[in-house]
Amino acid sequence: MHQFTIEPLAGTGNWEIAGHNIAFTNSALWMLIAAVVLTVFVAGGMRRQLVPGRWQMMVEFFTGFIDDMLEANIGKGGRKYLPFVFSLFMFILFANLLGLVPLGIVGVHPFTFTSHFTVTGILAVLSFSIVLAVGFWKHGLHFFSLFVPAGTPWPMIPMIAPIEFISFMVRPFSLGLRLFVAMMAGHVLLEVLSSFVINGGNGGLGLGLLVGIPSLVLMIGIAALEILVAGIQAYVFALLTSLYINDAENLH
Amino acid sequence: MPQIAQLGETFASQLFWLVIFFGFVFFVVGRGMVPRVMGTMTDRDKQIGDDLAAAKTARDAADTQEEAWRVRENENRAAARALVAQAKAEALAENDRKLATAQERLDVQLAEAEQRIDASRRSALDEIESVAVEAAQDIVQRLASVKVTKAGAEKAVREALANV
Repeated sequence: MHQFTIEPLAGTGNWEIAGHNIAFTNSALWMLIAAVVLTVFVAGGMRRQLVPGRWQMMVEFFTGFIDDMLEANIGKGGRKYLPFVFSLFMFILFANLLGLVPLGIVGVHPFTFTSHFTVTGILAVLSFSIVLAVGFWKHGLHFFSLFVPAGTPWPMIPMIAPIEFISFMVRPFSLGLRLFVAMMAGHVLLEVLSSFVINGGNGGLGLGLLVGIPSLVLMIGIAALEILVAGIQAYVFALLTSLYINDAENLH
Repeated sequence: MPQIAQLGETFASQLFWLVIFFGFVFFVVGRGMVPRVMGTMTDRDKQIGDDLAAAKTARDAADTQEEAWRVRENENRAAARALVAQAKAEALAENDRKLATAQERLDVQLAEAEQRIDASRRSALDEIESVAVEAAQDIVQRLASVKVTKAGAEKAVREALANV
């Protein structure tokens, strides 16, 4: 569990806003790294060549991917959410992937800030507030008809509407918790397996080979799976955000 | 679990720095760079579309020209064919004419030759007759000592020769 511990790096004493300490922590450091790497990555794809190179191709693949997703889920009006959903997807993706980089070998410990529900929760609440803002901006109080699915017989409305309302209000929690749980579970699994390898090795040569080798092989497989999960969870977050925005944008 | 254990002391810091860095990503990358990347893609799609349209126009023009060329070619071929047919017909007529004149000449020659042959044969027959008459008179005189008149012998010879 040590890998999830937030350690202040600077500003523990006097960096405060309204009495709350805002120390620059390892979590903030990896947010900074993710932001910088992402900026460098996208900046490298801005050569605006007619025939794209590999880097430009990669960046255009990601923008095109999110653009297609928005168009498929929201329609023509989806393109105006591209900056937000793209930032969300890439920021989470880079955070997930950077947290998996085996820098422990050289003594630096990567910190996966998406394994903290404070971070994923804030991002989920951000998505949810955009949904609310878009919904009420575009449809006004008519947005409440979201809780009455089209074609509901009127006697059912008093029962359906509260259920729909609860399921709507659960969205930010499920959105934030899903990412947090997936990232944390993956890292814990890798840690458990690596502790098998190390403790098995400490227990002698025979036990080390018996326990260590299968654990290492499994660990390599799980590590590959974690890279996949890093992509999938970022995608799921962006996909669900776009689906929720679709509710607000198109309202049935 | 540090996520829960440190919740109170780190929440403000997490919120503050996340807002700072995600805000940076959103405004610099999302709002600043992504539209330009998308613009490049749109421009490229437009360029490809324009190029395809130009290629289609060029191909249509080529098709039209080829069609025109084919029509012209067909006309030329038909004209050539007519010319050949005419020449053939003329040659045929000339041939017929030549053959006809040659045939006429041959016919005349043939008729003359036949006449000559007839005349020769007739004179030969006459000669044979006269010789046969004399011979018959002579033979009869020697064998039967009968003097046959020339007219009688001629009659007999002519009867005998009619059967030849």
